[in-house]
Amino acid sequence: MNLPALTVHEAKEKLRKREFSSHELTEAVFDRITATDDRIHAYVTLCREAALEQARYADDRLRKGNDLSPLIGIPIAIKDNFLTRGVRTTCASKILAGFIPPYDAATINAIRAAGAVFTGKTNLDEFAMGSSAENSAFFPTRNPWNTDRVPGGSSGGSAAAVSADQCIAALGTDTGGSIRQPAACCGIVGLKPTYGRVSRYGIIAFASSMDQVGPMTKDVRDCALLLEAIAGHDPADSTSVNRPVPNYSEALTRDIKGTRLGIPKEYFVSGMQPEVEKAVRRAIQVLEKNGAVIEDISLPHTEYAIAVYYIVATAEASSNLARYDGMRYGHRARAKDLTETYMLSREEGFGPEVKRRIMLGTYVLSAGYYDAYYLKAQQVRALIKKDFDDAFQRCDAIVAPTAPTTAFQIGEKIQDPLQMYLSDIYTISINLAGVPALSLPCGFDSDGLPIGLQIIGKHFDELNLLRVAYAYERSTEWHTKKPNV
Amino acid sequence: MGLTREEVQRVAMLARLRLTAEEENRLTEELDGILHYMDKLNALDTSQVEPFTHAVDIVNAFREDKVTNQPNADALLANAPEKDETFFRVPKIIE
Repeated sequence: MNLPALTVHEAKEKLRKREFSSHELTEAVFDRITATDDRIHAYVTLCREAALEQARYADDRLRKGNDLSPLIGIPIAIKDNFLTRGVRTTCASKILAGFIPPYDAATINAIRAAGAVFTGKTNLDEFAMGSSAENSAFFPTRNPWNTDRVPGGSSGGSAAAVSADQCIAALGTDTGGSIRQPAACCGIVGLKPTYGRVSRYGIIAFASSMDQVGPMTKDVRDCALLLEAIAGHDPADSTSVNRPVPNYSEALTRDIKGTRLGIPKEYFVSGMQPEVEKAVRRAIQVLEKNGAVIEDISLPHTEYAIAVYYIVATAEASSNLARYDGMRYGHRARAKDLTETYMLSREEGFGPEVKRRIMLGTYVLSAGYYDAYYLKAQQVRALIKKDFDDAFQRCDAIVAPTAPTTAFQIGEKIQDPLQMYLSDIYTISINLAGVPALSLPCGFDSDGLPIGLQIIGKHFDELNLLRVAYAYERSTEWHTKKPNV
Repeated sequence: MGLTREEVQRVAMLARLRLTAEEENRLTEELDGILHYMDKLNALDTSQVEPFTHAVDIVNAFREDKVTNQPNADALLANAPEKDETFFRVPKIIE
């Protein structure tokens, strides 16, 4: 049996039947990492010893036979912007290169309590700013389907690790598409939950009005299982919402007959790779065959989303990243006085994209420009949110592509920030509106690169999203395809 | 609008970033291009639009004013660039 290739639900069942131990599973995953990661570079930090210890503990509990912890003994990879107590957390930045957090993020606590084994910390674009994982201060991660291609970003390391079977599942974060776009590029499932559904306590902040934590998995059922483990109210995150968490994995299998799916015309425009459009259109037909009712809808302010996002997100980032001053933690440069210490520490510690965004965010918030940029952007953001509210009067979920193209070449867009930003065109509005959305595989282009289908739902309607996704997945076999690493 | 190099220097000072001359040049050009792209928002009349404040309707999240963590200077100082007993050492602030 190829253990690292298993899904969470498969591994879970087999662990309970004692077909193998968590220790064997974890060993197999680390063997797989050793055999493949010199080509993929998905991980920044590996936690082999601690993981095997956690696996032994899980095996003890499994042996006793009465442990129902939902993720017991399952090896899971974590994006390196989650604080992990005692394990180096870098955010792929030189400014945090040696940072060892004194506490765990709420979601780390949650999956620890669910019995998970932690394989290590995965690579990302520095401070989650990017769409290719090339902005890591350490190294770029490569796409397991073709190592000349990017894995997408910013959760590129988590996506590549799931796709290459270097873990059973992973966690990522999504501020403008950072779970869904890499999921699409790497042929896996990725969910950005509703803003407020999952606690962000202990996530290194990028743009606080949009950051969300979500699962990155090999299939839809796994996505539901992980969401169950991490969703819920947390008093330590004042934006998390106190609503009951449904049993997502049980409700998954209900059929989608009569579910109204909206197809936004603004998401099918020129500039989109023709093979992506074809695959998404074919996926819509599959959903229709499953009983969904297809409606043409409009999200009229879509073309403004990127401009709004790169004002709001950079403004929030510039203030969130003000904390990296070299005083209490992180890199401190040697300089003659306090101001010089700040300026040099930040100059040496941040990479080019982070500096670009801090500059842009500082500019749009600065005296004389606030109304023209920031206020204007928040007004247009209200219109974008209203687009979704209006659309959801007519449909239960929206179906669209996740990204306009399949994974691009490493180096192709890194010199042109605006071109890079445009690769987020279909994912960004979702974060601006705070609604949940999921990407799942729906085909391959002629170069053999995966294509992602995006399903967008109403606030707190993850259940419906997962149900539509599961209906599609059951009718197709894309999710069973593996890259040849 | 045309972003000038002086403006980039002013913003860099506000953001406490010391840029090299080469970075200043590059950023002036790049930011000018990005800001130009953002001008497309001016095509929309938003004079009657209330700005966005929050994605979902929630009320202010109050909590009890209660200490929940224990003092732990060692853990908190473990990442300090410089420390002195239970204090962070920082550069002199007042001349």
